[in-house]
Amino acid sequence: MRPEWTKFKPVNIKELPKEDWIAPGHRGCQGCGTVLPIKLALKVLGPNTIAVSSTGCMEIITSPFPFTSWKIPWIHVAFENAATVASGIEAGLKALMRKGKISKKEWINVAVFAGDGATYDIGLQYVSGALERGHRIIYFCLDNEAYMNTGVQRSGGTPLFAHTTTSPAGKVIHGKVGWKKNLDGIVIAHGIPYFATANPIFFADFLNKVKKASLVEGPSFIHVYSTCPTGWGAKSEDTVTLCRLATETRIFPLFEVIDGKYYILNRKIDKPKPVEEYLKIQRRFRHLTPEEIELFQNKVNEEYERLVKLCEVFAPPKESS
Amino acid sequence: MGKRVAKEVSIAVADAVAQCRVDVISAYPITPMTHIVEHLAELVNNGELDAEYIAVESEHAAMSACIGAAAAGARTFTSTAAQGLMFMYELLFIASGFRLPIVMVVVNRALSAPISIWNDHGDVMTMRDAGWIQTFAENGQEAVDLLYHAYRVAEKTMIPVAVNLDGFIVSHVVEPVELLDQEQVDKYLPPLKMKYKLDPKKPITMGAIGVPEIYTEVKKAQDEALKASYRVILQAWKDFEKITGKRYQPIETYWMEDAEVALVLMGSLSETAMNAVDKLRDQGKKVGLIRIRLWRPFPLQEFIKAIGKVKALCVFDRAMSYGSTGGPVGIEVRSALYQSNKRPKVLNLIGALGGRDVTVEDFEEIFDRTYSFIKAKPRFTYEIYGAKE
Repeated sequence: MRPEWTKFKPVNIKELPKEDWIAPGHRGCQGCGTVLPIKLALKVLGPNTIAVSSTGCMEIITSPFPFTSWKIPWIHVAFENAATVASGIEAGLKALMRKGKISKKEWINVAVFAGDGATYDIGLQYVSGALERGHRIIYFCLDNEAYMNTGVQRSGGTPLFAHTTTSPAGKVIHGKVGWKKNLDGIVIAHGIPYFATANPIFFADFLNKVKKASLVEGPSFIHVYSTCPTGWGAKSEDTVTLCRLATETRIFPLFEVIDGKYYILNRKIDKPKPVEEYLKIQRRFRHLTPEEIELFQNKVNEEYERLVKLCEVFAPPKESS
Repeated sequence: MGKRVAKEVSIAVADAVAQCRVDVISAYPITPMTHIVEHLAELVNNGELDAEYIAVESEHAAMSACIGAAAAGARTFTSTAAQGLMFMYELLFIASGFRLPIVMVVVNRALSAPISIWNDHGDVMTMRDAGWIQTFAENGQEAVDLLYHAYRVAEKTMIPVAVNLDGFIVSHVVEPVELLDQEQVDKYLPPLKMKYKLDPKKPITMGAIGVPEIYTEVKKAQDEALKASYRVILQAWKDFEKITGKRYQPIETYWMEDAEVALVLMGSLSETAMNAVDKLRDQGKKVGLIRIRLWRPFPLQEFIKAIGKVKALCVFDRAMSYGSTGGPVGIEVRSALYQSNKRPKVLNLIGALGGRDVTVEDFEEIFDRTYSFIKAKPRFTYEIYGAKE
């Protein structure tokens, strides 16, 4: 489909490197489902990678001077601009390679790890600019659905009705007003070579998406479901359960979009679990009335059906692989 | 040396940037800096300059991209003015805190509101404390020469440099400008080699959290580096003199040897002021002029030396510092003099704001006022010059 993938070999999980390029001993919470995808992604990307973080949990837990969890070159500049910092790095590498000032034998991955606040809200313009200009960067939006670093404030990625400190479950207003922003739609509209949603618990799917993204000679964007036990009021040991339920309830479906036009549903959920199963193990949803749960369920169904339709209508041409 | 060619100053500056063999240019258009980056885009797209031109979506992004590119080891350039500088403000401090050798040309323009595209120094004065080396050009030739100097200094000190030139008055004027030959530039400016950069072969962490135990030490180190850059700045001008025969100093003086009163200025207004000095000298009045070329680090000793034996100074500021004790330069000068044995009276005027003309006649009058200020009891801390009642 993409010329870069003609010889694509799926990641062999048995051959994954034992080494991690984000070290253990960081200051993440127990059960943090946001640091997990970074660890996994770096197993595919390897040490020939420059990482860019936006301000956020993943930045603070990995870099309190004089400690660092990063075994690869890493930069954090500010909250909103990780996509643009990455654009600058990519342009710098390109120019330096072209001029023979650094080795051009192997392209250096430029990977962004940014939260939902840094992507949906304060950094949306920067993401859009970078995607439009076509820089070869891999953007991971680690979506834990609120500003967790500053104490769980709502973001554009916060789900409907979710309690946060700035969308509290009050007597009159029941948590977050409005459905989660359609970030995927916005990103896809840029017509970038590769877009995917990913859930770290679907291990092989996740790793292969990272590999595809790394091969694409242009921007790629992976929207990663990232749990936050602290901010969601969930048990640390429920991270894996939450990840599984998010996809199995159709709340976070797994799909890819190639060149902004070909939709692929990676995991069709024919017998979805009720969203209630997902909602009830998180304190951020505990105030929901049965009517609200029903409303939530209906919206999830509607969104999922829309996606299935898109994947039918805009399926990739059935040529080779 | 190159030929003296009549050129719009913005174009000459862009040509000088190209001669510096920048790797990455990242900019967002704003009047009156546009001609600089337009010309650079043209050079890139015509294959005359081997660089990446990132046409970003804002000034904040322009500086973000410069930070990324510089962190990767690339020579970078950006330019902006007024609102654009305001919009990239957050990152100015990060660029200097990261010790990245970014060079920026600020084409000075007044700040909104009310919106104004015309010249004063309100924009750059907001970055006074941003930890950048800052120079002010009087004319096009100086702007070009300061640009070469900026890269040399930035890359030797690992401190970003802002070269200031007055919007329209300098940027859009066609002037005879002499660029260096490419070989001279290459000699003056060897390829950038960074000790610390984003390199997978030698991974580093950039932008870590400064916990309370180390934040103060980092800031002290940064300040010491900026102060220490003074020596490098002087040396870079000496090296420039060896190539061109042109002599640059942190402070420029005009008729100061026996001056009784003097004007203190920055930027292009000094050309007008010099005409006033000439006229008054013809009348036997002992007036002089001090132009501050290097604003940060502030050349304290040079300044004290430059004032000679004046009895009164008039600091003519071109930016507001609302509700304070003066304009930014006025405050700086008074503060410098407080610890000095020399204590001339200091009249602080703030004027030529938002493109308001100040003429030779105005400066003659200002000199007269400065004379009478010698004996006057200071009744005010500063005054907005030329405001209509």
